[in-house]
Amino acid sequence: MKGPETTIEHDFKPRTLKTEGGFETGNTRHEWDYAKLRAAHRLLAEYKYEKRPVVRGYTGRTLHVNLTTNQIKEKPVTEEMKKQFTGGKGFDLKLLYDAIKPTTRWDSEENELVFSGGPLCGTTQYSGMGKCLAVTVSPLTNIVCDSNAGGYFAPYLKFAGFDAIEIQGKAKEDVAIVVDGTEGVVRIETAPLEETNSHLVAEQLTHLYAAEDTEAARQKVAVVSSGKGAEHSYWGCINISFYDPRRKVARLKQHGRGGLGTVFRDKRLKALVARVEEMHGLLNNPADPDMIAAVGTRHHLEMRDLDKNQCCMREVGTGNIVEVMDAYDILPVENYRFGSSPRAANLHSQHFYKRFTQVIPDGCWYGCSMACAKVVDGFTVMTGPYRGLRFSVDGPEYENSAGCANMGLFDPDWVIEWNFYCDCYGIDTISFATGMAFYMEMYEYGILNKERTGGLELVWGNGEAILEFMHRVAGGDKHEFIQVAAKGIRRTKDWLVAKGWGDPYLIENCGMENKGLEFSEYMCKESLAQQGGYGLTNKGPQHDEAWLIFMDMVNKQIPTFADKAEALHYFPIWRTWFGLVGLCKLPWNDVTPLSNAQSKEPAKVPEHVQNYADIMSATLGVEMKPQDLIDQSERVYNFQRAMNVWMGRGTRKDDWIPYRAMGPLTEVEYLSRKDRYDKQLVETGLATKDAVSKMTVRQKRDLLATYRNDQYEKLTDAVYYRRGWTPNGIPTPQKMRALGFGPYKELLRMLQEKIDQDEKAGLDTWGGQYGTSEKPPTTEPKYWETW
Amino acid sequence: MRTVKILVFHPERCKGERACERACSKVQYFRSDEGGEKSALRITEGKDGTFECTVCDQCGLCVDLCPALALRRLKSGVVTLNRAACVGCQACVAFCEMGAMRKAPGHIVPFKCFSCGKCVEACPNNALELVEMPIEELEREVYARHGRVCP
Repeated sequence: MKGPETTIEHDFKPRTLKTEGGFETGNTRHEWDYAKLRAAHRLLAEYKYEKRPVVRGYTGRTLHVNLTTNQIKEKPVTEEMKKQFTGGKGFDLKLLYDAIKPTTRWDSEENELVFSGGPLCGTTQYSGMGKCLAVTVSPLTNIVCDSNAGGYFAPYLKFAGFDAIEIQGKAKEDVAIVVDGTEGVVRIETAPLEETNSHLVAEQLTHLYAAEDTEAARQKVAVVSSGKGAEHSYWGCINISFYDPRRKVARLKQHGRGGLGTVFRDKRLKALVARVEEMHGLLNNPADPDMIAAVGTRHHLEMRDLDKNQCCMREVGTGNIVEVMDAYDILPVENYRFGSSPRAANLHSQHFYKRFTQVIPDGCWYGCSMACAKVVDGFTVMTGPYRGLRFSVDGPEYENSAGCANMGLFDPDWVIEWNFYCDCYGIDTISFATGMAFYMEMYEYGILNKERTGGLELVWGNGEAILEFMHRVAGGDKHEFIQVAAKGIRRTKDWLVAKGWGDPYLIENCGMENKGLEFSEYMCKESLAQQGGYGLTNKGPQHDEAWLIFMDMVNKQIPTFADKAEALHYFPIWRTWFGLVGLCKLPWNDVTPLSNAQSKEPAKVPEHVQNYADIMSATLGVEMKPQDLIDQSERVYNFQRAMNVWMGRGTRKDDWIPYRAMGPLTEVEYLSRKDRYDKQLVETGLATKDAVSKMTVRQKRDLLATYRNDQYEKLTDAVYYRRGWTPNGIPTPQKMRALGFGPYKELLRMLQEKIDQDEKAGLDTWGGQYGTSEKPPTTEPKYWETW
Repeated sequence: MRTVKILVFHPERCKGERACERACSKVQYFRSDEGGEKSALRITEGKDGTFECTVCDQCGLCVDLCPALALRRLKSGVVTLNRAACVGCQACVAFCEMGAMRKAPGHIVPFKCFSCGKCVEACPNNALELVEMPIEELEREVYARHGRVCP
């Protein structure tokens, strides 16, 4: 099945930017009239605050900005808040919970965008410690969505004086919020003349707010922005800048998932800017900097010596796994119908290695020696408003290449083009790719056609049509299809069914969304644990909660329901921890220590977990053990689930996934893996070998679907039980009390009411069909009452 | 051809007195006379009683690795660290193959040899010497090791 492996020519020299005079990207230089941009700004509000240093990872206060009333105030961070929510996403959720109602929707006046780093955020001695966590009520899911991004904003927000910023209300015109740590002042200013699209506005505002016209001054500015695509779709992403003094480019990292950019633009925010007075290695003011430096240096050594033999993150970034996913038949191809393609060889990382600039520190925060933020410099844009201009394009990362495979697009240059415009317009690459893949499949079946799409020929791999669609979205095109499709798969499914254009079962189960959020780019139908990793999540199907495909499908380390449930308890909680403290998850397990294979639980990378416990201890000045980190995280994880319930979701039906994610939906998918599926029918006792040989493909597919649907129900049962939730997925008041939420009486009462309603509605029973030789997790569905 | 002065160590002359280390720590930014961990060059004793010296060869790999552009090669060819720009990430400390970029306890900003020659003056046995080397040659060697083709 595989195409020929292409290899790099022996005389190939890595691309570098080095020239006699320094560095040269080949990018188009923009000339802006900064005086004119500045002169057009009108001050709407100003708030002066006392400048003070960070103490052991915390500033001890958060910032609240209301764009409707132009009020700016600060709030104290209490010890109780630190204990219960730790920071980062924990603080975000707590602040949002206090600010909204269960009926709040993405465009409600009271909805907030909350950004926070966390107590370790801004540490420079260990890889991946500059992450920003953002939450809001998502336009896609109507519940809270969290998303993390690199770049300099969260560390600079903290060094400027705040552990978090809440942005509530809506401005009447385009504004910028500026948190200026040099003067100790927060301002809301109108920003009428700046561009909206991220590549340009980030550059403009970096120059505008730099204290002086030097590279060093520009490095002290971080710009948060979005784009025109976010204004006209529910897929809006938020870009966070980090100024690269070699390239002289304000580079971008994305809060991709959940439409945060849509909320950003709905608030008429053009930008959020943080500026710091100084930047050095001790601004986080840890209790024991030497300890952190020692742990960090040891980890840097692993990056130096091991990465080149493990993932090549430093050379090609996360795209290194495209060939791995392709080889294991789990790369999503043509809307997750297939797991590999001979043409996918064109997207293997060696093609991007050639395009990426090498031998350059490419971390998205200082001190990240994993340095996976690779760049194609001087890329000539092929379509749209910026055609012919040359830009530095950050990425593509794995999700972007795999997303293109999902759209049947196998040309690296089109991948870069598409990636550039997604970022520039402020559109989430993952939701876009998964959405477009669904629209393309509908096009293949004739459920959509050229007339219904407004002239777009959405055949697999049509890069021009894909970009045309995006330009039309960003341009605010009023065609019905463009309007609906830009709101994501969930709305488009309902629209297609309402139009009566196709079989509702097919439409419902082809479109890869759960809770309204599009799936990320892993083909999970042969890994039950990963199906749970996508469906049994708080925000929706994003692999940042659990990435278990390899453990489950390849290494077969978690064969039973109980094993899978344990993994779906531990890993989502462990991965959530990174978001509480402002960290990137990649340095945890993308490169592992040499001794890892001999450790007791290699999948957990215990040595690195210990590193994090040590750094946390050295920062706070209080001894923290790995289990303490898990406890911090379990509190926040359950709190988010309880918030979902509070907002009317967070139950078993919300955790259901389309059948495309569980097994072969169409006959062609069945046939593509006929041997595997036929064998499963026999091995599971669903049919004899003889019977299988006489059945039609359709009959076999349906029989398998019955089995796999039930497997998913049983997995859900096991996971809910392990997490201490009811059979309908509700965190019980008993569980919440054990996690320290006793004082949240309203929340506990709401959960109990929901549990009582479920009992009346008959939703208090396990979902799997258990045979005589099988048992549900417990025969007492109200098992928690005896706690 | 541009050249740079680098330290060359003559092990056969060294008696392990470490006057060089003490002299070095005096010229580093934290001004100490302790030597040892606070010296940019380190003398270590092998099992057979001979001595080895670990010190920067001014190859400049760290210049390319620094995320803050805090390291640069001066006109003299010597690689130095601009402390005001350093963010204390320790990437240079770990990535230096010689182990010649160093961190002193209690100080987050690393330090290195800048070929000042104080150690040469201090050595009673003439075991250290500064010699001119072509920069190109030093760089070529480090990129042969690092400019690997991957994947």
